[in-house]
Amino acid sequence: MSTDVATVAVPAARQPAVPRWARLVVIWALLIAVPYWLPLLGGYTALAGRVLVFGLAAMGLNLLLGFTGVLSFGHAAYFGLGAYGAGLTLRYLVHSTPLAMLAGTLLGGLAGTLFGLLIVRRRGVYFAMCTIAFGQLWYYLAYSWNDFTGGFDGLRDFHREPIGFGALTFDIAEGGTRFYFFLLAVFAIAVTLLGLLVRSPFGHTLRAIRENERRARFLAIPVERQIWLSFSISCFFTALAGTLYALLNNFADPLALHYSLSGYFVVMCVMGGMRTFWGPLLGATVFVVLQDYISSMTVNWMSFVGTIFVLVVLFFPRGLLGMRRLRGSA
Amino acid sequence: MTQLILFNVTNGLIIGAFYVLMALGLSLILNLSNVINFAHGNFLALGGYLAFTLSPALGYWGALVVSPLLTALIGLAVERLMIRRVYNRDPVYSLLLTFGFAFVMQDVARYVWGPNGLPLGLPDFLSQPISADLFFITWYRVFMVTVVIVAVLGLFAFLRYTRVGVRIRAGTLDLETVASLGVNISFLRTFNFALGCLLAGLSGVLAAGQIGLNPNMGDDLLMPSFIAIIVGGVGSLIGTLFGGLLIGMAAALTSVFFPAASEAVIYAIMMLVLLVRPRGLMGEEGMMS
Repeated sequence: MSTDVATVAVPAARQPAVPRWARLVVIWALLIAVPYWLPLLGGYTALAGRVLVFGLAAMGLNLLLGFTGVLSFGHAAYFGLGAYGAGLTLRYLVHSTPLAMLAGTLLGGLAGTLFGLLIVRRRGVYFAMCTIAFGQLWYYLAYSWNDFTGGFDGLRDFHREPIGFGALTFDIAEGGTRFYFFLLAVFAIAVTLLGLLVRSPFGHTLRAIRENERRARFLAIPVERQIWLSFSISCFFTALAGTLYALLNNFADPLALHYSLSGYFVVMCVMGGMRTFWGPLLGATVFVVLQDYISSMTVNWMSFVGTIFVLVVLFFPRGLLGMRRLRGSA
Repeated sequence: MTQLILFNVTNGLIIGAFYVLMALGLSLILNLSNVINFAHGNFLALGGYLAFTLSPALGYWGALVVSPLLTALIGLAVERLMIRRVYNRDPVYSLLLTFGFAFVMQDVARYVWGPNGLPLGLPDFLSQPISADLFFITWYRVFMVTVVIVAVLGLFAFLRYTRVGVRIRAGTLDLETVASLGVNISFLRTFNFALGCLLAGLSGVLAAGQIGLNPNMGDDLLMPSFIAIIVGGVGSLIGTLFGGLLIGMAAALTSVFFPAASEAVIYAIMMLVLLVRPRGLMGEEGMMS
C-alpha cells in the first residue's frame, strides 16, 4: 500500500551524526530556556505555549501518520473534543484544572477509540475520508448547540484554576512564564510516554505494519487491532493537547474542531518530517511562527498557508528533519 | 402540513441534486485516481463566478454552457501542473496538495470577486412560480432538477457507450491492467479530472441561481458530498447517486420535524451505514480497503 518515497530512505541501523542523548539535551535545554531567549528574538511566551500545544497534538497524530502509516485527516475532532471537554468541565462541573484535563482527554480519546472500531478495516484515502466526515460531526454539534457550547462564538466564562492544595498551590492563572512551565511539564510527560511507546515492541509492530502490512500479517501481528490501538492512543494524546489549548486561551471555539485544523496538524507532521520523532514539533514551530507572522502582515494569509501546503508537497515531501536524515545516510 | 412536507420534499430533492452532482465528480476522481479533491467545492464556486462574469456578454444560457467548460479547462491545467505529480505517492500528499490548493482558490475568488455575496441574474420566466398553490416551486427549481437529471443521464451514457468512458470504468477496477493493454492512463486521468470539474462547474452555475455567490459557497456542499460517497459506497457511481439523494431527502425531512438536527441526521446515517454495512449501500466488497 504505502509505496511512497519516504519509506525507502530509512536504513535499518545507522550511526547518527549527533548522538541521541546530545540531541535530547539540546532540545530540552532549548525548550526550558524559552522564556529567556525568545523575547530577545522578538517573540512572546504565549507563542511558545501554542507551539507546545500544537506540537503535542501533531506528535500524537504522528504516532498514527508517521509510525503506523495510516492517514487520519480528522484529528481536530479529538483536539477540539479535548478542549470542549476541559472547558465544559471547568464551566459547569468543577473548578479543578487536573480534573478538567482528565475529562477532556477522556472525552476526546474515547470518542476516537469508539470511532476507530468502525473504520479500522479501511485504508488509505477511504480511511481519511471517514475520519474527516466524522470530525465534522462534532464541529456541527458544537456550532449548533448554542445553549450548551456557546455556538459559533465559542465557549467562554471559564478559566484556569490553581493546581494543588494549601501551601503547595501552584497558581497558573497568570499567563506568562509560570504557565509556560506548566505546559512544558505536561508536554514533557506526554512526549516521554510517546517516546517509550514508539521504542516499545508495540511501536515496532506499528512500523512493521507501515512498511509491509501483508508481511506483518504473516508474522501474526494482529494488524487491525494494532492500527485501532494506534489510532486510539494518538487520539488520547491529541485530546490532551486540546485540553491544554482550552487552558491556554481560557476559551474553546468550533474552529478547534474544524477539518482545516486537521489539515494543519497533518502539514506540521509532513513539514517537520513525519518519519522522525521530533519532526512534528519542528513543523509545528515553523507553522505557528509563520502563521503568526503572515496573519499580522496581510489579510490574504489563506493563500500563503495554502501555498506552503502545495510547496511542501511538491518540493519537501520528506520534511525538514527527513532531508537531514537522507543526507546523513547517503 | 401537506404543503409543508411537499415544500421540504422539493427542497430535499434540490439539495440532493446538488449533492449528487458534486459527489459524482468527486467520486469519479476518487475512483480512478485515488485522490480526494478538497478543492472540488472551490471548482464549484469558480463555475458560479465565471457564469456571473460571462452572463452579461453571453446571456444566461451561454454562460450556463460555457462556464462549466471553462471550469473543466482550468481543472485540466491544475491536474497537469500539480495533481499528477502525487499519483503514485502516499495518499497524505494528494490530500495536502488539494487541501492547500483549495485555500489558494478560495482566497483568489475573494480577491477577484470580493468577499460579499453576489446574485446571478436569471431569465425572467424562470423566477416565476409554477402555480399559485405551489408558490414555493419556481420554474427555476424545476429547471435545475431537469438539468441535473440530464447531466447525470449523460454522464452514465458517456461512461457506458463511449470508448473513453469504458476505459474510465475499467481503470476504476484495475488501472494496472488497463495501462498494460496500451491505454494512455495519464491522459485518462487528466480527462477524468476535467470531467469531475465540469460537473462541479455545472452545479456551481445552478447553485448560484438559487443561493447566490460567495467565495466559500462550496464548503457547505463538500462534507455532505463526502458522506454521500461513503453512504453510497466507494467505487459505485450509482451508489453515490442514491447516497446523495438519500441524505438530501433525510436532511430536508428532518428539518420539518426537528430543524436543529438536520445537519446531524446525515452524520447519523453515515455512522449507521459504517456500522451495519461498512462498504456502503452499493459498494463493492474490498473497494474501500
